[in-house]
Amino acid sequence: MTEKLDITLNINGRNHAIRVEARKTLVDAIRDDCGQTGTHIGCEHGICGACTVILDGEAVRACLMFAVQAQGKKIRTVEGLAQGDKLHPLQAAFIKHHGLQCGFCTPGFLMLAVNALERNPEIGDEELLDVLSSNLCRCTGYQNIITAVRAAAAEMRRGVLQQAGAPA
Amino acid sequence: MTHDHPPPPPAADRKVLGHPVPRIEDRPLVTGHGLYAGDVSFPHQLHMRIVRATNAHARLVAIDTAAARAHPGVVAVWTADDIADVPPIDFRDPSAAVLKPYRQPVLARGRVRYVGDPVAAVFAEDPYVAEDAADLVEAKVEPLPVVMDAHELGEFETGHGTEPTVVRHSFGDIDAAFAKAHAIVDLELTCGRHSGVPMETRGAIGRYDAARDVLELHGAAKVPHRNKETLVRMLGRRPHGLHLFEGATGGGFGIRGELYPEDVLVLLAAMRLRRPVKWIEDRREHLIAANHSRQQHHRVRAAVDAQGHLLGITDEFFHDQGAYVRTHGARVVGRTMSMLTGPYKVGAYRAVGHFRLTNKTPAATYRAPGRYEGTFVRERLMDAIAQRLGIDGIELRRRNLIPGAAMPYTVAFDEPGAEELILDSGDFSALLDKALVHFKWRDVLADVTRRRAAGEAVGTGMAMFVEESGRGPADGAKISVDTDGVVEVVTGGASVGQGFATAMAQICAEALGVDYQSIRVVHGRTDRIAYGIGAHAARATVMTGGAVNATALALRAKALQYASELLQTPADALDILDGVVRRRGGEGGPSITLGEIAARVKPGAELLHGREPGLSAEAWFHTDHTVFPYGAQFAVVRVDRDTGHVTVERLMIAYEVGRAVNPMMLDGQLVGGAIQGVGGALLEEFTYDHDGEPLSATFADYLTPTLRDAPPVDVLIAEDFPSPRNPLGLKGGGEGGINAVGAVIASAIDDAIDMPGAVTRLPVTPQRLREILRREAAHP
Repeated sequence: MTEKLDITLNINGRNHAIRVEARKTLVDAIRDDCGQTGTHIGCEHGICGACTVILDGEAVRACLMFAVQAQGKKIRTVEGLAQGDKLHPLQAAFIKHHGLQCGFCTPGFLMLAVNALERNPEIGDEELLDVLSSNLCRCTGYQNIITAVRAAAAEMRRGVLQQAGAPA
Repeated sequence: MTHDHPPPPPAADRKVLGHPVPRIEDRPLVTGHGLYAGDVSFPHQLHMRIVRATNAHARLVAIDTAAARAHPGVVAVWTADDIADVPPIDFRDPSAAVLKPYRQPVLARGRVRYVGDPVAAVFAEDPYVAEDAADLVEAKVEPLPVVMDAHELGEFETGHGTEPTVVRHSFGDIDAAFAKAHAIVDLELTCGRHSGVPMETRGAIGRYDAARDVLELHGAAKVPHRNKETLVRMLGRRPHGLHLFEGATGGGFGIRGELYPEDVLVLLAAMRLRRPVKWIEDRREHLIAANHSRQQHHRVRAAVDAQGHLLGITDEFFHDQGAYVRTHGARVVGRTMSMLTGPYKVGAYRAVGHFRLTNKTPAATYRAPGRYEGTFVRERLMDAIAQRLGIDGIELRRRNLIPGAAMPYTVAFDEPGAEELILDSGDFSALLDKALVHFKWRDVLADVTRRRAAGEAVGTGMAMFVEESGRGPADGAKISVDTDGVVEVVTGGASVGQGFATAMAQICAEALGVDYQSIRVVHGRTDRIAYGIGAHAARATVMTGGAVNATALALRAKALQYASELLQTPADALDILDGVVRRRGGEGGPSITLGEIAARVKPGAELLHGREPGLSAEAWFHTDHTVFPYGAQFAVVRVDRDTGHVTVERLMIAYEVGRAVNPMMLDGQLVGGAIQGVGGALLEEFTYDHDGEPLSATFADYLTPTLRDAPPVDVLIAEDFPSPRNPLGLKGGGEGGINAVGAVIASAIDDAIDMPGAVTRLPVTPQRLREILRREAAHP
């Protein structure tokens, strides 16, 4: 199993031309071949969600896909959330509300929550809790993660309203 | 050298110490720039894969590595014969000689003793190739009888049984206590095998710099300085030729950062193969190879008088250590029994702890080691006594609490070498009162009573507990200011994700007079400071914080002296605010920044007049005693009688910490610990089949709490009794959240199903609760 394939991964708008075996997982390729180590590996069997990335608008477990399957798709990782020095509202909310301790699960939770709020900015609280219960955290006991995501959701909705209502 | 420190000022009188300020660690962590073990790579590195035993107990007849060696991309394959000169993993502290034969070899020699025991190590150019080749290694074995229950005895090796030692702690006349008892209550209680299970698995990267003859271990955590000492001993290196490096750590909880076989292997391979070697554990490996914890079976008896006073307690317990004795020796057994009586005054006590080996993954410390177990036992006992005598549980506890007037209170044991506990300060009863009011416990009970009358199976539980923190003997720090005014604090502490850097920055900022956010905190690097105690047993904030405070005060005095000379103003008329030295109480007048002072004391500077150059200081904090935070916990649970499912509706924790450095982080520690405790109470258990095959080797089988299992946790942080044992009045905060969770959930389940004493075993899985309910239905 050593035959390697030439593929291109588009991560946060940048193309990475890499040579990988067909069996290489997407998360290994993102980390080891593309050098984007912000996406973490927690279990490699799709349960903990530490490796969550957004692939063509869907939050997915990057440990459960092969890199070759992501060819031609747009991949977003935690490194793409901040715009320059300006943090994404969810990143800022995680800091403000102490939504992280060791920080290992944080990139996965951020991508999970970003995707949920982008897909439905008016997402109901029950649905939000359902989405967030798909990833594991061992430090925080989850309460501050929930608080942070709710606060960011409110802020993102306000931001959208302000943009919509702003004079041209 | 113990003397009492005066109580420090409350947070309201301080600028940053004691305030819930945001963490300085967070920005890199939320942007994906934290450097965890898996993110550390060096050019030309090799990848290591461990071949692990598939038998729980077997004689190793032969290991065939030929096919693996021949596999393209494989550089080396090692078995025990290749590292015959390397001793077993050593104990961190001097331990009893009887334990020595039970240490774990770096690679199994002669026998394998648990599924997961490292048998061979494969080194290859690529991690996938290393894994392929590991599959080609064939170990020929002859199975041996397994011991899967700590009540059974077996053979570790010829001449050595599976009970290396029996630990005893006692005080008072236990026979007299039982002879005069009004009632005797006895229970059998079991705590399940579970562990810390951090989200980041272990990782280790070894690198040898031949030019400087320095061997480096990256991915270190928890106790880098202590592990360096052990590695220096084991590998025969000189202290300056071996260094450990801690980056970001994805959770510790006591189990990560202990010295394991894989750490030793990457260092040996880096030396011998002359290439960096990287090893990252996968989750299955983690669940079968990293330290387990907690599994104990207790037979506990209490002798009480008619009012419920504890005349005497005896406890005989069996501690399931697993296959080897790891770095802690038998410490968890000792801690279980020394802290078992907790906050209560007990007339006489006799505890016997059987330290037993089994063919399971080795065990060691997990957050609140010995205390989660011991509190479960003690508080189950208190519930049973209350039930037997018909006394309200809270009232019974109140009658037995050590009174505040008796502080400091010494619990001393008869056995030579058994360390006494000196509870430093506090008032358990006052905290209980405060908690009952704060959590509106009367209303909680009224609500539960109403719901029960309406047919719901809801119940409440409560428990009291004592924690331990800040063990000495000493810790040091170095602080320097560069010419830009940036402050660097070099510590021998470690960060396992708990916010260590922020806590140290707050302490330094308060003492020195600078913005905490501009402080750089160095931890977990043995090349920057020679000594360190790391981050365990809730020690970092107390011990390293004490050292940082002392050092920052020394540096402040130095800065003020230089400023006094430069500004022609008496030093005591000056203050430091946000890194600027100016006249106290006035905005105007001359001023100078700390960075400017640093620039004025460079080597050769006129100002020095023979003094050492540089704006820096180094100081130590010494202590002979640990400090004892304490708390009260409460729970409300609901039981589904049909499914046996337990819903924890609410947890409440009141915790006395002396002084909180950062209430936001402390709240995070307590809440996070509490939810981990829910895991051990209801979900998490390492189970095995009869042959020793682990049945909990994935996250589908080993269940940690998800958001849906995590109730709201109400926290009351009390700062009523600053510890007199350190100048900042601190008591550690890392372990209180988890301590009593097993106890309160067990108690609340009993109450919900109206079966006092029903829960005798953790975790209370739906299957076990259904069994309890079935038994009740059969024999009502």
